[in-house]
Amino acid sequence: MEQQHTASEITFHHEPRPDNVKRIIRTTIILSVITIIELGLGLLMYAVDMSGGLRLLVKGVIVILSLAKAAYIVSIFMHLGDEIRNMIMTIVVPLLLFIWFIIAFLWDGGSWKTLKNTDAGHRPETEQPAAVPDAKKPGSKE
Amino acid sequence: MANAVQAEQKWWSGGKSPFNLEYGKLMMWYFLMSDTFTFGAFLISYGTIRFSQNFWPDPNVVFNAFPGAGHANLPLAFVSLMTFILIISSVTMVLAVHHGHHMNRKGVIKYMWLTILGGLAFLLCQAWEWTHLLTGEHATLVNGKIELWPQTVTKNPWGALVEGPAIADALKNTSHDTLVKLVHEQQHAMTHEQLHAMSHEKLAGMLDMGKVHVRTAGPIAFGGYFFGITGFHGFHVFSGVVINVVMLIMAYRGAFDQRGHYMMIEKAGLYWHFVDLVWVFVFLCFYLI
Repeated sequence: MEQQHTASEITFHHEPRPDNVKRIIRTTIILSVITIIELGLGLLMYAVDMSGGLRLLVKGVIVILSLAKAAYIVSIFMHLGDEIRNMIMTIVVPLLLFIWFIIAFLWDGGSWKTLKNTDAGHRPETEQPAAVPDAKKPGSKE
Repeated sequence: MANAVQAEQKWWSGGKSPFNLEYGKLMMWYFLMSDTFTFGAFLISYGTIRFSQNFWPDPNVVFNAFPGAGHANLPLAFVSLMTFILIISSVTMVLAVHHGHHMNRKGVIKYMWLTILGGLAFLLCQAWEWTHLLTGEHATLVNGKIELWPQTVTKNPWGALVEGPAIADALKNTSHDTLVKLVHEQQHAMTHEQLHAMSHEKLAGMLDMGKVHVRTAGPIAFGGYFFGITGFHGFHVFSGVVINVVMLIMAYRGAFDQRGHYMMIEKAGLYWHFVDLVWVFVFLCFYLI
């Protein structure tokens, strides 16, 4: 077995693998190709006049490609994929919060836009409390 | 290998490392996870504001300059260069860690140098990009007249394109200096002084309106988010370069050979890859979609 050099806390080793450099080069190529595809799609949206739905689809593909890139960087370059499963879970499980985080806040932004574009956020004038001077209307932006 | 654990060594007070990881490395992971939430919060709040706007600037229009290419329209070209610089510096970092595993000091030093140079190159690119945005002069229709606006945290010149009679009216109200600058962009043969001497109407007549792109003011939040988030990322790159320089000096002094392992390079590497990882999402949110 090849001699290993790590801190004394490490009780067993799973790295480096014999094909480590090959794996790094392969990952580099994958990352570069994904980036080039992303750029191509970005330029495609600029060059071609697309309908809203198609544009959204292209953007969705770019987001998924970026997530794939992130997964490659974390699991190969940062070697998270080589760690103990429980260790991986302590990192990955908290990140599930992002599912709520992204949906809730983008939804909120969309709702804000709707309120601004309609008078849905305003009460009819007659329902305004009369006695309070400088009362701000709910939904007004000041 | 099993006998490497001895009963009296109370790593973490529990007898052994639960995750078979060095304490510092595990804590680096948890720090990076918390940093993920910081960046995530920034990017998501940017998303909230963007979703609340009826109009948002097209990144292909905003980021279309390249150093030395003048006014050529090269959308995304420069930021692709920055992205590849960061990917490559991430690769050299992995290779430094790899040589660290094999106790190869020369290899570590070589790849740490390349990583540091990549980081510095990225920072220089960002400095150029910021300067270009902050000092740019873009024809913007403001209060019925044309002004030349940069991209700052208070001004955004990337609104909707204005066409037709609105521009002709705006030109009448535009200041003489601005008009001279607009004409000079198209007529390089004449000096500013010559143009200054001409009448307002004559200057307006000389303008080829097909080449002047006048836009309305865009959403102000764009600048704050762009400079705030790319600045915060740039600060991470900067601190990563500083950490890598410290690692390089320690490697030169043989500190890791004395310890018998190159774990510090691994921890610095984790931080450096995180910088690359964040850029994936900054690149996605600001430049691609």
